[in-house]
Amino acid sequence: MKTESTLEKILASGQLAVTSECGPPRGALPSKVQEKAEMLRGCVDAVNVTDNQTAMVRMSSLAACILIKQMGLNPLLQMVTRDRNRLAMQSDIIGAYSHGINTMLCLSGDHPHFGDHPGAAAVHDIDSIQAVEMVKKMRDEGLFQGGQKIDGPPKMFIGAAANPFADPFELRVARLAKKVKAGVDFIQTQCIYNVDKFEKWMEGVRERGLHEKVYILAGITPMKSAGMAKYMKNKVPGMDVPDDVVKRISGVPKENQAEEGIKMCLETIDRLKNVKGVAGFHIMAIEWEHKVPEIVERAGFLPRPSF
Amino acid sequence: MITAERKPMEDLIKFVSPYRRILLVGCNECVTVCSAGGRKEVALLSSALQMHFMKEGKPFEIKEMTLERQCDPEYVEELVPYIDQVDAVLSMSCGCGVQEIARRFKEKPVLPAVNTKFMGASERQGVWAERCVGCGDCGLARTAGICPIARCSKQLLNGPCGGSTRGKCEVDPDIDCAWQLIWDRLKALGMTDKYEENLPAKDWRPARGAGPRKIVREDLAS
Amino acid sequence: MDNFEPVIVAFCCHYCAYTAADMAGSKRLHYPANVKIIRVPCTGKVSAIHMMEALRKGADGVYVAGCLEGDCHFRSGNTRATKRVAYVKKLLDEIGIGGDRVEMFTMSAGMGEVFARTASDFTEKIRRLGPNPARVAMDNPGCAAG
Repeated sequence: MKTESTLEKILASGQLAVTSECGPPRGALPSKVQEKAEMLRGCVDAVNVTDNQTAMVRMSSLAACILIKQMGLNPLLQMVTRDRNRLAMQSDIIGAYSHGINTMLCLSGDHPHFGDHPGAAAVHDIDSIQAVEMVKKMRDEGLFQGGQKIDGPPKMFIGAAANPFADPFELRVARLAKKVKAGVDFIQTQCIYNVDKFEKWMEGVRERGLHEKVYILAGITPMKSAGMAKYMKNKVPGMDVPDDVVKRISGVPKENQAEEGIKMCLETIDRLKNVKGVAGFHIMAIEWEHKVPEIVERAGFLPRPSF
Repeated sequence: MITAERKPMEDLIKFVSPYRRILLVGCNECVTVCSAGGRKEVALLSSALQMHFMKEGKPFEIKEMTLERQCDPEYVEELVPYIDQVDAVLSMSCGCGVQEIARRFKEKPVLPAVNTKFMGASERQGVWAERCVGCGDCGLARTAGICPIARCSKQLLNGPCGGSTRGKCEVDPDIDCAWQLIWDRLKALGMTDKYEENLPAKDWRPARGAGPRKIVREDLAS
Repeated sequence: MDNFEPVIVAFCCHYCAYTAADMAGSKRLHYPANVKIIRVPCTGKVSAIHMMEALRKGADGVYVAGCLEGDCHFRSGNTRATKRVAYVKKLLDEIGIGGDRVEMFTMSAGMGEVFARTASDFTEKIRRLGPNPARVAMDNPGCAAG
């Protein structure tokens, strides 16, 4: 075991892991974090805390992680390379670890262009792959990125994202291989609606034996409505929503669309449970956190193992 | 070349309003090639400013000059005979030329007429696109001759990100995804295995990380 | 201002509008004497500076008359001219002279009537707009605006 991370323990035990996320509030009210996180108690192994998602200012991921940690849950620190240079990132990482936060996710982050501060400079001192290398070096060699020794290195279980649906598709397995080479421990994927394409990607992953080097958590986001399905299909970059998904949810009366969305995501989970190399699920119920316990239960993931 | 674009007339009119006699100085290099501040643009801006102040009934004199290079002291020296006859200089060169005039003529106000944009290439007639950020440590040998720092919106050294769609950038469908271009070229070169070499975190000191940069060629320096 | 006679400069392409002007003349079609024609080998030869300087030196209106779309003797001179006229319009708006004082027209060599009508219509339009404000201020320095 590389770390004390509960997520690592569960994944290492061979059981399917379940994670979910909590988007911090756009303000200083701790109760907003606590209420969202409380819904996830007992039904997930780690709670991803997003880092200024969609390039909108929110409570810092680190602060929200500490609040969640204090509740006795396992926060997962998301960190984008967009807002901080390598100094700031490393200081936040050791700061997080000093609070017992031992699991994190390295991302490049949405471009500021999409957010509420479009005039902000995008930092991108390093990229997500270099961030993984940096965190691994901090953990395994006890050295800062600059080469100096760390007094009390942070032992982070290191995650990264993968989008099997972005272009060029032929590069998507290779990019995962780069992350594996950088030293990533686990992957959380983009929301999966095009299951066929995801399975094709997994085939490529297995061909190269990458599934034996990294735990892959399949990203799942239930559709709330036909409107959301259309929005995801047309407006969200890098999202692949096939026509029949939109058709199916549009085909039921409005009041039943939410339930249909849940059913669809449960069917996806069911299908992917049997795909070799899928080590768990990352359930991102966007502004719909209270549905996560139900999804986890109906998917047969309860109770969660404890270590 | 260094590319530039003329500032809005409203700004330029505001800049020169306090003065009666203006020396409008163009540059025969980059800004001529990108049609921002060469002889033609100097003539046009001169005409426009004169017409504006004629309308306002304000006395206004403008002298036009276009130097071979505004960023070289030898050429800036050519302004000496005229500088005392004007109240201010309006420069149509890139920021380098504006500053060279400021350095040479310490007591003369100098104003920029263009916004200096980027180092780029001409994609077709009338279209210029960014190609280089002058990072001081060229990595084009490792990225198939296409610079991800200048051309990827997130300057990813290990791209593409998850927002690359049909060869275009998520930020703007008019922007080519730099990593798609790199990948396509690696394929054409039969060098796809190079893609999986992770590029290390960049040392930004040769860029601007160690303050303003300077090149000293001892063999040439006087 | 009642007896304002606008000065109009028309840059006319040798292959179309200029010939159309001839045609108008030989057909004895009337068009205003306000229009001063400058023959150009192609409207693609007309730069922004030509239009600007015509106005600065006292014209009240300027137009460029080239070949019909797709009929340029030099392939695309007329489409270039159209874009330049658009550029000058914007510039004139920015400096407070008004982009309405320049225009692009297209016609073929045989369109004498179109030439005459265009000349009349444009002259009337400029007459309504009044004198070029830059010229007014120059002619009457005592009552300058502002």
